[in-house]
Parts: sequence; structure tokens; C-alpha cells
Amino acid sequence: MADTTTTTTPHPTTPPHVTPGGHRPRYETTLPELEHEEEVLAGYLAEFDTVDAILAAAEKVRDAGYRRWDTHSPFPIHGMDDAMGIRPTILPWIVATGGVLGLLGGLALQIFTNSIDYPFFISGKPLVSLPAFIPVVFECTIAGAAFTAVFGMLVLNKLPMLYNPLFKSERFRRVTNDRFFLVIDATDPNFDERETEKLLRSLNPIALERFTD
Amino acid sequence: MTVIPQDQLPRVSGSSSNGDGELDNTIERPGQRAPLILGGMGFTEVTETVTRINAVKTPKAWYIAFAISLGLLSLLGLTIGYLVTTGVGVWGNNQPVSWAFDIVNFVFWVGIGHAGTLISAILFLFRQKWRTGINRFAEAMTIFAVMCAGIFPALHVGRPWLAYWLFPLPNQMSMWPQFRSPLLWDVFAVSTYASVSLLFWYIGMIPDLATLRDRATSKAKQLAYGIFALGWTGSSRHWHRFEKAYLLLAALATPLVLSVHSVVSFDFATSQVPGWHTTIFPPYFVAGAVFGGFAMVLTLAIPARQFFGLKDIITRRHIDNMCKVLLGTGLIVAYSYAIEFYIAWYSQSNFEQFVFLNRIRGPYGWAWACMTFCNVVAPQLLWSKRLRSHLGWVMFVAMCVNCGMWFERFVIIVGSLHRDFLPSSWGMYIPTWVDLGMFAGSFGLFFTMFLLFCRYLPMVAMAEVKTVMPQSHPHAGPHVNRHRFDYWPDERDHVPPMKKGEAAQNIRDWTGI
Repeated sequence: MADTTTTTTPHPTTPPHVTPGGHRPRYETTLPELEHEEEVLAGYLAEFDTVDAILAAAEKVRDAGYRRWDTHSPFPIHGMDDAMGIRPTILPWIVATGGVLGLLGGLALQIFTNSIDYPFFISGKPLVSLPAFIPVVFECTIAGAAFTAVFGMLVLNKLPMLYNPLFKSERFRRVTNDRFFLVIDATDPNFDERETEKLLRSLNPIALERFTD
Repeated sequence: MTVIPQDQLPRVSGSSSNGDGELDNTIERPGQRAPLILGGMGFTEVTETVTRINAVKTPKAWYIAFAISLGLLSLLGLTIGYLVTTGVGVWGNNQPVSWAFDIVNFVFWVGIGHAGTLISAILFLFRQKWRTGINRFAEAMTIFAVMCAGIFPALHVGRPWLAYWLFPLPNQMSMWPQFRSPLLWDVFAVSTYASVSLLFWYIGMIPDLATLRDRATSKAKQLAYGIFALGWTGSSRHWHRFEKAYLLLAALATPLVLSVHSVVSFDFATSQVPGWHTTIFPPYFVAGAVFGGFAMVLTLAIPARQFFGLKDIITRRHIDNMCKVLLGTGLIVAYSYAIEFYIAWYSQSNFEQFVFLNRIRGPYGWAWACMTFCNVVAPQLLWSKRLRSHLGWVMFVAMCVNCGMWFERFVIIVGSLHRDFLPSSWGMYIPTWVDLGMFAGSFGLFFTMFLLFCRYLPMVAMAEVKTVMPQSHPHAGPHVNRHRFDYWPDERDHVPPMKKGEAAQNIRDWTGI
């Protein structure tokens, strides 16, 4: 049922500093040539085809005490946060901070420009006319919070990250379509080439793959 | 809550012009939910149906539509170029009607955008699952409509190359914008709205751009989609923050969208002009905007689902629901029209009373009649279930509302300005060819952008559609019915009584606090 494939790319035969035409670059490199090395195992990739299967698998991997692991799915799965033991994100607090900063910024902008730097009277309103400042303060609050929500989410998710060893897997392309993946990273303190593989096999995935970096 | 099996759904009856016997999922069956995705689709089929639109060879019809739109867009470019090099005198507006087509078009386009945000944000907060089929292109519509809207005030300032004076930028005159004016509030409201809508649209699109990246057939496509997908891998840890950010954005966009048209209405309501000086403008404008916007969503959705083969994703139920929103907001608009007349009478102000009688009996009475027919009479057809399920009639009503909402702004703006306090300063407004050309040209911009969007971007929010499919829900275990915020009564019956601290836990889960 489960098949194991190892992907290795052939090592380039030409040294990296020699251009294809054979011309040497203008500078002389003194760096030693990289040693021929087997590509390092980056982790295991297990494929599942139903929501139930990936949820059950996630619970087992969570209970086995792994920490550097993840599941990947085409859509957010209801209940996955619990199954994986993901703690609530800090994002709402960051967004609240962004909103408050927007609020204060909008207020400061209006008071500074219309009451301090260039005070002018309009229709008998006081120089610091809070009611008249409310719409812009409101818009600045929303803008501050919304920008923080988007960019805060991207930063916390460490995106953009255009290189990812997972993208080398042909199988993994279906993660944005109809398949579910469980990935255990080799850097996990609990990771053991044999034991981890055994655990993943016991979860009954439709495919199991080693991926390298 | 079970879903009605698809083989139990009836087929849509009617002539061949009215669909080809599509499944009718508008039926109501107590205790059962109607399916939102038809055609027996699984995740794979949803992906294929949507990405096929981007993958196939460009259809000839697309080129024809694009050529027409591009032609109109060049008309826009031409008229703008003529205006900038000559002056705003090329427009027909002059005292006493100093705001005319430019502001009418601005309010018209901004209003259209509101339906997109309503669908993406407000319906999201209300957990209206049917929104997933239509939210992507409704949001796209919002962005393109706001783009069209932005052109008009920028030109209206008279010297468009100085339009940056609207923003609080330090300058050699040491002067700042006047923050106690609603016109400046408008600058902030519309620019915030445009940028937040763009963020909302883009952030929701990242997972679908990743789908296009993973299915790309050429290196160029893979690179282009790959860059904009930001390296999305569908990680659950990412989804967790993504969903939270999306929820927060929806919660922020909801008051924002209500504020935008409120602020637009302040441009009028804070003035002294009879017919403008009224307190009901903010809610009246917001309802009108949603009303007009939903008409535009229907105008785009009905041909798009036909043309791009999305009938199983944008189903009859989606159309039916949108018709109901159109009818509901239409009734609010009709009520606002009526209450305006009542308040004019009740105010006992001669000028106010005159302006409203003048709307009916004055020289622009035809515009008022047109508005009333299109916005008040025509939507009443949607009370009928039969007409709601007949696409021809739905399209007719939507077109009526599109026209009617434009005329509403014309009646409010030109109709109030052309005859105010002093009869000696009355006048008439007649649009010039530049006015008409620019209005037609703005449709060119809108449709050009929309066609490009249909061709190159994921038209349906695939990831979101998949979450409302029955397959996406775990079938058993502690994950089902964990939250009791669901409003389906029969589901609640299966939930054991609430444990101590469960409510607080639910709130923590939801808010992440």
C-alpha cells in the first residue's frame, strides 16, 4: 500500500564558479569546492485522502510528542487546531495594537495639522474639534488594524517564503487541490529515521515519502 | 443537520432559455440543508471546474468582449486627456448645477462596490455559507468599481495634477487639508476602503493562487502565480493564523463599508441645500449602495456562471438568495424615498417642500419617474418564487436596478441643485459628449479589469468552497458540534448540556484571546 521513494538530484559535475561557456569569472575564488555529499534527509511526508484520516493521524502524532511537524490541507480543517494542539495565535493582540496606533495617529495628525501647525477657524468650530475629527480617526483605526492583520499574519507565518523543500515533491502539489499531508521535520528532537517511519506507517497513509533539502 | 441528497432535488422547469433543466436547490425542507455545491462534486472536481477557466485556450467570445471593453476604455482615456488639456469646462456642469455627472458617477460606482464587501465580510460574520461561491468575483467587482469611482473626484478637483493636495502631505505653502470638512473625510474613507478591500481580496486569494501555481503548465505561469502565492503550503499552522486574520479583516471591513457610504452621504447631508440637508442620508445611502451592488453582482454572475460553466458552484440557490437581498434592500430604499417626502411635508419648510414636488413635477420629473419605476416597482417582481427562478426576469430586474440607482443619484444631485432658494438663479444641466463619453468609458475600465480577472485569476474561492462541502467535515468524534453558536435548532438537540466554563472556552476559541 505505502510506497517509499527517495528523491535525489544528481550533483552538478562542473564546479559552481565556472560558467557553462567555460569562462572563468573576473574575480578569483579561493573558496574550496563543495564536497560531494548525500542530500540531507529533511523529513517524512505522509499523504492522506480524507479529512477524517488526517485528523486521526494528527492526534496520534501530537500524542507521540512531536513538535516540529505540520499538516497541510487545501482548506482549513475544522477541529485541526485541537487535533494538532495548536495554541491560539497572538495575532488579535497585534491587530488591536495596530488599531490603537491608527487611532492615535489619526487624532495626532488632525490636531497637529489643523490646530497647532496651521490653526484655522472653520464655521466657528473649536480648534480641537473632536466630533469633526471622528470620521478620519475611525478610518485610520480601521486602516491601522487591517494592515496589521494582513502583514502580521504574513510575518507570523513567515511568508513570503518562495523556497520550501516540500515543493520538490511532485505528490505535494495536490495539497492545494484534494489531498492532505502530514509532515514530520527531521529537526524534531523526537525524530528518529526508523521510529518515525514506523509511526507514520501505522497511521495508514496512502503514500509515504522522504523529502530532502 | 443533514443535507438533502441531490437525487431528491427537482429540476428547474421552464423554457430552454431558462437553463437546461438545472437542479433546483432552492427548495426548503425543514431540518435539512439544501446542498450548495451540485453535480456530485468532490474536492478534485471543484478545483478542476474553477482552474479550467484559467487553463483553457482563451475563448473567442472573451476576445470579442475584451475588444469592446478596451474600446470603451480608450474612450475614457480620450475624454480624460481632452479634459486635462482643456479644463473641466468641457463638462456640462456649471452654476447652479456645479456637481453633475462626475459626482453622480462617483457615488454610483462607490455604491456598487458595497455589495462585494457585504458578501465577503458581513455574510461571513453571519456565517452565510452560500457566500463562498460568489465572494471572490464580488470582491473583484468592488475593487474595480472603486477604481472607476476614484477617477471622477480626482478630475472634479479641476486641476487633476494637484489632486495630491487632498492628502496631508507637507508642501511649500505650509498648508494642510481642512479636516473638519466631509469632503476630506471622503478622501480618507474611500482610500481606506479601496486599500482594505484590496487586502481582503488578495489575502483570500493566496491559497487559490497556490492552487494555480501547483497546476501551472508552463514555467512562466508557475513563476507568476508562485510569486503572488508567497510560498503558501496549506500548513494548518498557517491556516490557523490565516483564518484569524480573515475573521478580523471581516470584522473590520463591516463597519468600514457602512462608514464609507455614510461619509459619502455626509458630503450632501452637512450642506444647506434643500433635498440634501437630511439626517436619514447615511442609512439610506448604505442600503441603496448594497441594493445597487447586488444588482451588479447578479448582472455579472448570471452570464458568468453560464459562460464559464460554474452552474454547479453558483447555483440557483445563490441567485435566489441574492434576489432576496435585492428585494429586502430595495424595500429599505423605497421606504427612504417615502420618508423623504413625509419629512419634507412635516418640516413645513417651503424650500424643502418645493424641492420634493419639483422632483416629480419639475423638468427632471422623467428622471424621478425612471428611478421610481426601476428601484421601487421593478424589484417587487422578486416576491414571486417563479420569477426569482427565471433567469431572464432576474436579469431584467437587476438591469432595472442598475439604471435606477444611477438615476437616484442623478435625482438627488442634479434634481436638488438646479432649483434652490432663488428662482433668479435657477438653471438646467445638460450633459456634454465628454460627460457621456466618460461615463461610458468608466464601464470600459470596469469590464476590462473584470475580463482580465476572469481570465487570469481564480474566479471562485476554491478553498472556501471546499470548506462548505459535506466531505470537509469530520464525520465523528469530538470535533462535531463543538461550538453551540450554530443556529440550527435540531443540531443543538444533539449537544450535551453545557459544562462549567465551556461558554468562556468557546469565546476564547473564537476570539483567540
